[in-house]
Amino acid sequence: MDGIVIIGAGEAGTRAAFAAREAGFAGTVTLVGSEPHLPYERPPLSKPVDGAVQMKAICAAETLAAAGIDYRQGVSASGLDAARRSVSLSDGSTLRYEKLLLATGAQPRRLTCPGAQHALDFRTYAEAAAIFSRAEAGRHFVIIGGGLIGMELAAVLRGKGLAVSVIEAAQKTLGRAVPARLAAKLHDRHMDEGVRFHLGQGIAEITPDAIVLADGSQVPADIVVAAIGVLPDTHLAQAAGLAIGNGVLTDAFLRTSDPHIFAAGDCAAVSQPGGGHVRFESWRNARSQAETAARNMAGADEAFVATPWFWSDQYDLGLQVAGVPLPDHRSVVRPSGGGELEFFLDEGRLVAAAGLGPGNSLAKDIKLAEMLIAAGISPDPAALADPGVNLKALLKTARAA
Amino acid sequence: MTWVPACKLDDIEQEGAIRFDHGGRTYAIYRAPDDQVYCTAGLCTHEAIHLADGLVMDFEVECPKHSGVFDYRTGEALRLPACENLKTYPAEVIDGEVRVALS
Repeated sequence: MDGIVIIGAGEAGTRAAFAAREAGFAGTVTLVGSEPHLPYERPPLSKPVDGAVQMKAICAAETLAAAGIDYRQGVSASGLDAARRSVSLSDGSTLRYEKLLLATGAQPRRLTCPGAQHALDFRTYAEAAAIFSRAEAGRHFVIIGGGLIGMELAAVLRGKGLAVSVIEAAQKTLGRAVPARLAAKLHDRHMDEGVRFHLGQGIAEITPDAIVLADGSQVPADIVVAAIGVLPDTHLAQAAGLAIGNGVLTDAFLRTSDPHIFAAGDCAAVSQPGGGHVRFESWRNARSQAETAARNMAGADEAFVATPWFWSDQYDLGLQVAGVPLPDHRSVVRPSGGGELEFFLDEGRLVAAAGLGPGNSLAKDIKLAEMLIAAGISPDPAALADPGVNLKALLKTARAA
Repeated sequence: MTWVPACKLDDIEQEGAIRFDHGGRTYAIYRAPDDQVYCTAGLCTHEAIHLADGLVMDFEVECPKHSGVFDYRTGEALRLPACENLKTYPAEVIDGEVRVALS
């Protein structure tokens, strides 16, 4: 019998391989990864230890072998024939499958201005190593893009005492994923740390030693990093004629338009109960979608339900966001342990929460908020705002009701 | 086995945890819903994250970063990505003072 083939050995693909075994799948499991390493975690890439980029393997080679996972390292998929249920690989081999998981992830969005080739990407271990090997005293870094990745990188580089400028096309940094209030606090912290910002600025050209902004001014740059977001890697799905939107479109069961092909993680745009498809780019989403997809490939029939959640560490501050805060939600702020929590209510119902504070100090409150969100309750805003009201007690009351 | 005074019972929220550093190492001390106290190694076995920042529910603690879960009474890893058990240490309360046996 042909088994499960997984394309992409990042967090989603690797987790899916193990989750298929945990679900009791007894057929072959083949994990295809294009990078020349064991599967590794991406979040540590932005946190070098003693100047060296960390290579944190998700699992050991022995663990893959013990689980009966055939890991094809340094091999990419070059073709997908959905009718024949076969994938052709860059090493010339062909794999037949009963179920295929596309966990192809995302690729950094590329700059299109003249001189774009001078900008480094920041996605893989090799790219992180290239960036940090240039992080020598006296160098001036310019990061293009003031999103989460750009701002995390700015914080790490400032921590090393390097000059850092951030150029952002929008008027504000962190505008996409972080609620405005906490985004402003993080931005202020970066200002205090000496990051120079150029907001609302397009880029005319990148030269070997500077960036020319749209208004003609120049920002000196020894090293330029492009952090302007990612695009889902849909090449294989597109070539096979699968339905594509902002990612590989799936139903709630993470099935693509071909019933033998599933998608999970950064590449997957998943059908939502309220209509439309949503794609998330986070570590936890990659893992939880992988688990659902793996169980479904092994024969289950389980809709993917999860509250989105991510974290970002910048300087000594930890940000965590659960749910999807929107500008039209009612915001309720609660001071908490040297930082603050912000809750988001939609017609009274708690739908999202965000926290910013030292280290992981707000993590447990965000976890409780996530459970309150999942419980679908409409808490009293005054109780949410009051640091004296224990969120755990609120949850227990809601569950008992 | 050396008993080390750690904190007062009232320093720990019921169904909560605090970090305790001693002799260059870090530990987590838990106060269970039944007011029993427990002590484990302070850092998650997956990545070096302080577990005392994590949520304690019943007899479980969840890593504040990657959501690995441990039974803090036995140290058993209950949920991925944590797969290696936590080391545990004896803990007790005498006259409202918590002490732990660190070997």
